[in-house]
Amino acid sequence: MRLKFSAVLFASLASLSAHAQTEIHFWHSMTAVNGEWVNDLAKGFNASQTKYKVIPTFKGVYDESLTAAMAAFRSGNAPHILQVFEVGTATMMASRKAIVPVGEVMKNAGVKFDPNAYIPAVAGYYTGANGQMLSFPFNSSTTVFYYNKDAFKAAGLDPNAPPKTWIEVAQAAAKLKASGHQCPLTIAWQSWTQLESFSAWHNVEFASKNNGFGGLDARMKVNSPLHVRHIENLANMAKQGLFVYKGRTSVPEPTFISGECAMITTSSGFYGNAKKNAKFDFGLSTLPYYPDVPGAPQNTVIGGASLWVMAGKKPEEYKGVAEFFNYVSSPEVQSESHKRTGYLPITMAAFELTEKSGYYKENPGTDVAPTQMIRKTTDKSRGIRLGNYVQIRTIEDEELEQVWAGKKTAKEALDAIVSRGNELIERFEKANSKN
Amino acid sequence: MEKRVVFRSSWLPWALIAPQVVVITLFFFWPAAQALVQSLQQSDAFGTSVEWVGFENFVNLWNDATYLASFYTTAVFSVSVAVVGLTLSLLLAVFADRVVKGALAYRTLLIWPYAVAPAVAGVLWLFMFAPSVGVVSYTLRKLGFEWNHLLNGNHAMTLVVMAAVWKQISYNFLFFLAGLQSIPKSLIEAAAIDGARPWRRFWTIVFPMLSPTTFFLLVINIVYAFFDTFAIIDSATQGGPGKDTVILVYKVYYDGFKAMDLGGSAAQSVILMVIVVALTVIQFRFVEKKVNY
Repeated sequence: MRLKFSAVLFASLASLSAHAQTEIHFWHSMTAVNGEWVNDLAKGFNASQTKYKVIPTFKGVYDESLTAAMAAFRSGNAPHILQVFEVGTATMMASRKAIVPVGEVMKNAGVKFDPNAYIPAVAGYYTGANGQMLSFPFNSSTTVFYYNKDAFKAAGLDPNAPPKTWIEVAQAAAKLKASGHQCPLTIAWQSWTQLESFSAWHNVEFASKNNGFGGLDARMKVNSPLHVRHIENLANMAKQGLFVYKGRTSVPEPTFISGECAMITTSSGFYGNAKKNAKFDFGLSTLPYYPDVPGAPQNTVIGGASLWVMAGKKPEEYKGVAEFFNYVSSPEVQSESHKRTGYLPITMAAFELTEKSGYYKENPGTDVAPTQMIRKTTDKSRGIRLGNYVQIRTIEDEELEQVWAGKKTAKEALDAIVSRGNELIERFEKANSKN
Repeated sequence: MEKRVVFRSSWLPWALIAPQVVVITLFFFWPAAQALVQSLQQSDAFGTSVEWVGFENFVNLWNDATYLASFYTTAVFSVSVAVVGLTLSLLLAVFADRVVKGALAYRTLLIWPYAVAPAVAGVLWLFMFAPSVGVVSYTLRKLGFEWNHLLNGNHAMTLVVMAAVWKQISYNFLFFLAGLQSIPKSLIEAAAIDGARPWRRFWTIVFPMLSPTTFFLLVINIVYAFFDTFAIIDSATQGGPGKDTVILVYKVYYDGFKAMDLGGSAAQSVILMVIVVALTVIQFRFVEKKVNY
């Protein structure tokens, strides 16, 4: 009898505690330094209140976690919150039955939410045609330029005067090579840094219809004379051993940290990693540009990821999601995240708070990414929103590799990107205009 | 006169093969049927809408020049894997067959790679050949050979072939070794007494006697190269540089699991299935005639 009683007590206690805390599952793709950051965010939120418990789970790199979520959604086990990289944005936006717009989640939960508080380039990217914010900006990064100050000194270059233009980059690379550097310049995320951000930075179209923001019938335009000129320039640098290709996506990043490559263009989100692991003094600078192009430099495009809310959950759970987003977007948490990871501060308030704290003065170069972004965007520079873009990125990698290998000219490769990319965009247009 | 044993019972043979049929249905026919159905559909990434499109997925493939090019890449890859893999493992098996001292240790070491997952095999070889930090590429550079599989398609192909062969060598080795050990010693000794040198003994006695094993392994290796190697490609080259190492099955994996184009991916699986069935039929009809059982 006593046993039975305690069992009942135990069961009711268990159900009580389960009832008291609503669990919110959050699938992400953050590793190493950034993975610890996500776990700390959840810990901070869970400690700040008692009603909800956010459980972050690492589900593989960006495309892996997206695939995992799609499979989970089909079988009814999707998480509440899913981190999706910027390239998957068009796909998520087209999947209206699988997601709940963030603006709606916030409104239903009665949590104050002002899209205008966000940095324009960030908010604009994740906003639908009707002005509603579809996903929650989380870890936004942009493309910046890192250089090894020690290597600059050794090559007789001024470590406090990083090259600002592509002409200066070539000159610095030549000096670095003359001083014995085997890899003066490398490029990570080549399609993002050298085609997407390059276009916005020079205020030229990447694709028609405002880079896809104006409709599904956009077509790629990366074979313009300026694009050809730039890729030709890089191909020449590759031939002279000034630019060394080190692989796709973020694969080249370790070659900067090891000191093998002296300059790299990559994500601002690389800062935390470089700061922790590089055994030399390094600096950040803006993405190089061509000074004779009118309107350059404009602004760079965002990368990184945003948080999507999946459909089919309980109202109480959505309330927890809204509370969590509210916590993460507070200026204090934002500013702290920005300092820790190098990702953008996302809201203007967080940027100002960080500035006021004197952080940018103490850590020169960390303001490069935000200042590249906090500008009024143009129709050509708001970002890229093309369907099937995951595959188009691969096409860009494939074709650019042919240029670096000397098998294709810049013009041939860029023409091929346009025609192969357009085929995929046309298919996406066809598949999604039926809905 | 052929001797056959016939079951008298009408249900017993069915009962005996039932477990096998269940396994095959569950793990082969059902997924294959699913692929067939999906190849005629197009659905969005989350599966919220599914539409029948007839043969559109196949037409898209036919119009895709890079898909057709990947047939050539696949042929180069599969033939290389099968030929290099079989030659090397036969060589190792012949040597292992002759080893007297420490034979067990030697054989065990040769069998190890089979326990390694394909993705791990890819990463292992990638590390050794990484242009900036790899042990092998460093040595090659010292010898004056510039190894760069990031930009040189032939280097990349060599890398994935090596990884794929290495992974499969233990399997081939085991079968060859068993085949060698089942050849009656008396035959070889008789030939030796007649004055045949080892080289001649191998080609006139051992190799023909091994032909059933070789034939079986040829089929298995081709199927392996066609189907089981996408993890190696994915971890070592991701199909690059350009499309130089995009073999058919890697494209199936990429389109289905990375690009979420399930219809297109299913259509490619169907084509791949047809190819392998055709290849196997050809092998059994023509190559098998040259096999002595």
